[in-house]
Formats: sequence, C-alpha cells, structure tokens
Amino acid sequence: MIRYTLKRFLSLCISLAVASLLIFFVIEIAPGDPASFMLGINAQPDTVAALRAELGLDIPKLERYLAWTQGMLTGDFGMSYTYRTPVSQMVADRLWVSLPLALFALALSTLIALPAGIYAAARRGQTGDVAVMSATQLGVAIPNFWFAMMLVLIFAIKLRWFAGGGFAGWDKGLGAVMWSLTLPAISLALPQAAILARVMRSALLDVMNEDFMRTARAKGLTTTQTLWKHGLRNALIPVLTIIGLQFSFLLAGGIIIEQVFYLPGLGRLVFQAISARDLIVVESVVMLLVFAVIVVNFAVDLAYAAVDPRLRART
Amino acid sequence: MKHFVSRLALASALSVAGFAAHAANTDITVAMQLEPPHLDPTSAAAGAIDSVLYSNVFEGLTRFMGDGSVVAGLAKSWDISDDGLVYTFILHDNVLFHDGSTMDAEDVQFSLNRARADDSTNAQKALFAGITDVSALDAATVVVTLDAPNGNFLFNLAWGDAIIVAPESIDGIKQAPIGTGAFKFANWVQGDKIELTRNDAYWGTPAVLENVTFKFISDPTAAFASVMAEDVDAFVGFPAPENLPQFEADPRFQVLVGSTEGETILSTNNKMPPFDNVKVREALAHAIDRQAIVDGAMFGYGTPIGTHFAPHNPAYVDLTGSSAYDPELAKKLLAEAGFADGFETTLHLPPPSYARRGGEIIAAQLAQVGIKVQITNVEWAQWLETVFRGKDFGLTIVSHTEPMDIGIYANPEYYFQYDNPAFQELMTNLNATTDPEARTALMGDAQRMISSDFVNGYLFQLAQLSVAKAGVQGLWTNAPTQATDLTAVSWAD
Repeated sequence: MIRYTLKRFLSLCISLAVASLLIFFVIEIAPGDPASFMLGINAQPDTVAALRAELGLDIPKLERYLAWTQGMLTGDFGMSYTYRTPVSQMVADRLWVSLPLALFALALSTLIALPAGIYAAARRGQTGDVAVMSATQLGVAIPNFWFAMMLVLIFAIKLRWFAGGGFAGWDKGLGAVMWSLTLPAISLALPQAAILARVMRSALLDVMNEDFMRTARAKGLTTTQTLWKHGLRNALIPVLTIIGLQFSFLLAGGIIIEQVFYLPGLGRLVFQAISARDLIVVESVVMLLVFAVIVVNFAVDLAYAAVDPRLRART
Repeated sequence: MKHFVSRLALASALSVAGFAAHAANTDITVAMQLEPPHLDPTSAAAGAIDSVLYSNVFEGLTRFMGDGSVVAGLAKSWDISDDGLVYTFILHDNVLFHDGSTMDAEDVQFSLNRARADDSTNAQKALFAGITDVSALDAATVVVTLDAPNGNFLFNLAWGDAIIVAPESIDGIKQAPIGTGAFKFANWVQGDKIELTRNDAYWGTPAVLENVTFKFISDPTAAFASVMAEDVDAFVGFPAPENLPQFEADPRFQVLVGSTEGETILSTNNKMPPFDNVKVREALAHAIDRQAIVDGAMFGYGTPIGTHFAPHNPAYVDLTGSSAYDPELAKKLLAEAGFADGFETTLHLPPPSYARRGGEIIAAQLAQVGIKVQITNVEWAQWLETVFRGKDFGLTIVSHTEPMDIGIYANPEYYFQYDNPAFQELMTNLNATTDPEARTALMGDAQRMISSDFVNGYLFQLAQLSVAKAGVQGLWTNAPTQATDLTAVSWAD
C-alpha cells in the first residue's frame, strides 16, 4: 500500500510541474497586453509603459515563471493585474461560493443517481428500468444552461420562490446560502446525475453476471441480499471514478452556470480575468483547478485500493 | 414535506422583508453588465469604474449633467485670463473627504499634477497635456496655467479621469475609494456587488437614498431574469434590447431610452489599399444601409449618423444624406476606382453585440456590391493589439464612447490613419477658440470635412437603454459620460 501510494504521489508531482509550465507559457503567448487593455484606446505609449513597469510586466517571462512557481509553493499566487489584490485572497473568496456549489451539486447528483441506477438494475427490462433510462437519456441530452434558464423562468420569475440569481453571502447564514445555491446546484446536478445513474446501472448489471454472485445466490441469499452485500461493493469502482471526474468538472465547469445565475465564483473570475488579460489570475486559477483535478484523481486511486484489495497486492 | 413547507414560509418571509425595505424608499439596487476592475477612475479606461463612482463618490472641479452640459463641481466659480492661458478656480468651502479630511487647493494641485506626471497611469493623460503649472494661491484658490488656449479645458476637467483625490488616501484608492461625493464607499464583494451609503456630511444637496447596491450581471438572459424577478430595482445599460417591449408592456417597469456619446463606426484603414482611394471609401459609405443595421443589430434602438458627432449635441450637422444607401451608386464608384469585380478584405469584430450582429449585416450588404468580407471575431485585448496598435486590419466596427472626440481625426497615427493637414489645422484652430459661436462653426466644418472624405463608414449613435421599476425617479436617461448618477434619484410615493 505504501509503495502504491508513493508511486501515485510521484506521478502527481510530475503532472503538476508539467502543467505549470504548459499553463504559464501558453497563456503568456496569447496576444493581448494587460496594461493596454486597462488603459484603453486613448492612452499614450508612455502611460502604457509606466503601467507595465508598475505591474512588473517588463520583467522577462522566464524570471516571472520562476517567481510565480516559487510563490505558489508558499501559497503566494502573486498580485492580480486588474484588481490589484492578492490572487490567493481572490481565489479563497470565490472558493467560498464555488466549493459549496460543487459539493451541493455532487451530493444532489449522487443522491439521485445511485438509487435510480440500483433501482433500474434491479428491475432490468421492466417498466421501471425503461422509465429511469428514458429519463437519464433526456438528462444527458439537455444542456445545463438551458435547463437553468427554465428553472429561473418557472421558480424565480413565475412562482417567485427563489431569486433569479446572485449569491446571498455567508453573513446571511447557511440557510440563505443554500437557498440561493439551490437552483444552480440542481441545474448542475441533473445532467451529472443522468450520467452517474447510467454508469451505476451498467456497473451493477456487469457484476450481477459474475460467478461470485451466482455462488452467493446458491448459498441461500435472496436476490436483494446478494445485490446489497456483494453486488454494490463491486460495482462501486467505475462509479467512484465517475464521481471523481464529476467533482473536478463541477468545480471547473461552473463557468456557464455561474454566468446564468451571476454567482461570484471561480468560473466567473476566470471568465472576467481572461477578457481583461489578467494573466496571473488566469494562470493561478487554472493551475489550482489542475491541482484539484490531480489531487482528486490521486484520492480516487487510493479509494480504488481501499475498495479493491487486488489493486494493493498487484503493485 | 414539512421541511419544504417551512422553506416556503421562509422564502415568503424573506420577500416580505425585501418589500418592506423598499417601502422605506431609501434603498436601491442597480444592476449593470460590467464590474469595475478596481475603483480608481484616474488610472484605468474601464467605463465601469465611472459607472459606479462618478458623481456618486468622486467629484471634479467641473462636472457633467444628465443633459450633457458642463457645470461647476467642486469649483464654485472661475476666472479665465484674456489670453485664455490662466484659469483661476475658487473652491467651495467646507468640503470634506469621506475620511474627514478637508478638500482644499493643495488636493486639487496634487490631483492635477499626479494626472500629468511622467509616471502617470492616467488613461486620458492627453486631457492634461496643455497644463504647464498648477499652484495653490490659498486654501480655496487654484491657478492653472496652460501653454496654449484650450476651448475644451472646462469640459476636460469634468471627465471622470480628472476627479479630485487626496494624497492621504491615494494608496488605498483602488480598493477603498475616498472622495468628496454624496455617497461613501461601503463594501465591495468582488464578482458580485459594490455598496455605497449616504454621506451625511456632504457639502452640497444631500442624496435622498441611504443605501445603494450595484450588482454586476453580464449575461443578457440573467439580466432579463434579474429584472423580471425584481431582484434589482434598475438595470442601467440593459444588454438585451429584444426584451425591452416586454418591459414596456408591463406596468411594474419603465424603460428609459436615451443617447450616449458612442459613435458606432465602420472603421476603415485609410492607409491600406484599396481604402487609400477615396472613391472606394465613398462606395463603402453608399453600400451600407444604416437603418437596416439599427433595426437588425440593435432592434431599432440607435440614431443613424453621417459623421463622427453625437446627434444630441447642439453643434451636430446631419450629414446622413451625403452617404445615403445606394448600392447602384456604390457599384459605379467601385468600377470607377478600378474594382468593377469588387475585392476582398477583412472585418475584425470585437465582442459587443453592436459589432458582432452589425458585422454580419454589413458583410451581407457589402457582398451585394461585390466586396467580399472575411469576418474575424476578436476579444478586446486582441483587438487592441492587432487592430488598434498593430493597424493590421481592413475594416472593424467599434463604438467610440469618449465625449467630443472628433479630435482623434487630427492624429495621423490613430488606427484608422486619416492624414489630412487641413483637418489638423482646423482642430488646432478649434482648440484655440473659446467663443461658443465660432466653436460651433468650426465643429460644423470638421464634421463636413471627415464626412466628405468618407474617412470611416458612419453607422449610428449607440443608444443608452435602461429598465427600472416604475417607482424609481431621477435616473439619467442619457449617458453624456459613463455614469450612473444616483445623487438625485428617489422613489415615488
């Protein structure tokens, strides 16, 4: 188990180093100067030069890359060009919106998907299965931003149960925060739930054909008992993989939903920063998301090993 | 289920509380599309900074009113020497900054010198270029000396880039602005909102509103939902003109349609063949159906223009007739210029919908006369680099939103590269003229000159579109500068 963990950890470090290099130089090569963008079309060249000096943009790229990576190791992501506040503080502020949203959506999607998938698998070929599968087909097909707009139209404009968007703010309490994140979380969760339910169902069906399931039945367990005691545990590996991928997607992929509900989250920060060529913010947030994805994958790898002892033995 | 019901009760209690707050008629939530990058109007071009802070938090020596006129601000009065070179400003007494310090002549001296300094990062540094000296005679008197007479000087001082700041608070201005206005900065949740509160120690007429919240909603669909769900009280610069008839028909709302300083033009690279040929540019002008563009791209909001000047300005000359839509004439002119079979060129389109939607229509109209246009969509940063600075373009569409900016045609280095010594001389004369009537005549000449040279394709004046709840009164309908002046806004009873 220790060797397995170390090996995974080493690959995590290499991935991060390569990612930082790629992110920094790809973003820096893209055309557009942050100082010219800030000062607009009437600015004089000497003014732009003065601002570039103030922002430290006249320092060579390689030097800036080294300073950036060194800073990140100590948690210092540098200073935003446009906002002029530390990037780490901005990211932390935005995480207080994006993280609860992602967790809320993930919880919703898992709570809906797992029972639905198990139910469908248990009733394979029957009406219940067909109904769940048709619903998931629809869930996969509907784009989440469209679904979000429909939710706003019905629950915010017609019924007036929710606000049409915006974030309540933590000073209003947990209840208000969850309330303001409900519609965004539902719109993020449903397409994910549809995918997850399908994976859950097929994973469970695969397992049901295994020899050990027949053995379990033969030693006198009922169908339901076999499903819960032996089937589920073995079907969880592909499901965990998908949950891991979905979490990173929910954290990074909230950009459109955050626009639709005008939530001050990470996605919106990246969106604003890209259009303002606030390069250091884009680089740092993308790096952070890469970090999150890699760490989640690392955690999922470890979870595999916990669920499936064969993986531990093999490496 | 019980939980659900209690949630519902909570929600309705919340909405009742929200309603009660409005019943007190002292708070307002105003939405706009773009969030300011920081809160210093004197070191960035972003209009969003002025949209939140101009007149509300910061004031200059002079200021714009909603009708575009320039009136006294922090300066009570002024005296101009006979040669037009020396301006003596008398400041209002008892003006306090929001941190309690006094605003006096030294603050004015500091602000103007900071804006024109060598290391200044003022986006409109050219406004202060003619100043040779700023001195504080006493606490309430400032003397500004210019190197040449400048008929625009009082106008220039009204810009958001010329507001008065204090040396004591300048370091924190980007996050916590300290001004002299009727509202004080209270709080900024980045990505979400900015809150202001009333300044009870204000030197002038105090504001009626007590608390102001600016919300930033960039997505047009979300903008529509936020107003419809009554999450915001007003949306200034509403981004979805197609939805306005729906608000007009709804008694809960009012729609304000005004004008801006934004001349939307089909900018033409005057140095790049074949556009260096005036006949080709004239053909271009006649190939464009302005009204079709206003109707198709802006849902009918916008006034067609025939030159680079705002139609609401008293000095405006209507020259739309000299470049009327006439595709046959355009074809004839192209043939005379040697392009009977037309030619190919590029059209760079920045993100705003006037450009993206208008560009598609213009490309179709130009195709009618044989000009094949290759459309490239660009982000603003890329537009600035390739089009504006690199001058690597044939055509582009952009709205020039600075007030009274016909002077850009006197700069041969400006991205559309119009180089006409006669026009440059005209501008020099205009700057040196202070007599209002003579100025109006010169401005008319300038408009005619660029119109008959067909420098750019003049499309339309960008409209200012706002939606507000029916009870909101005192909002600016026009946008003579990018500002959301709330100092005179109140709720009807």
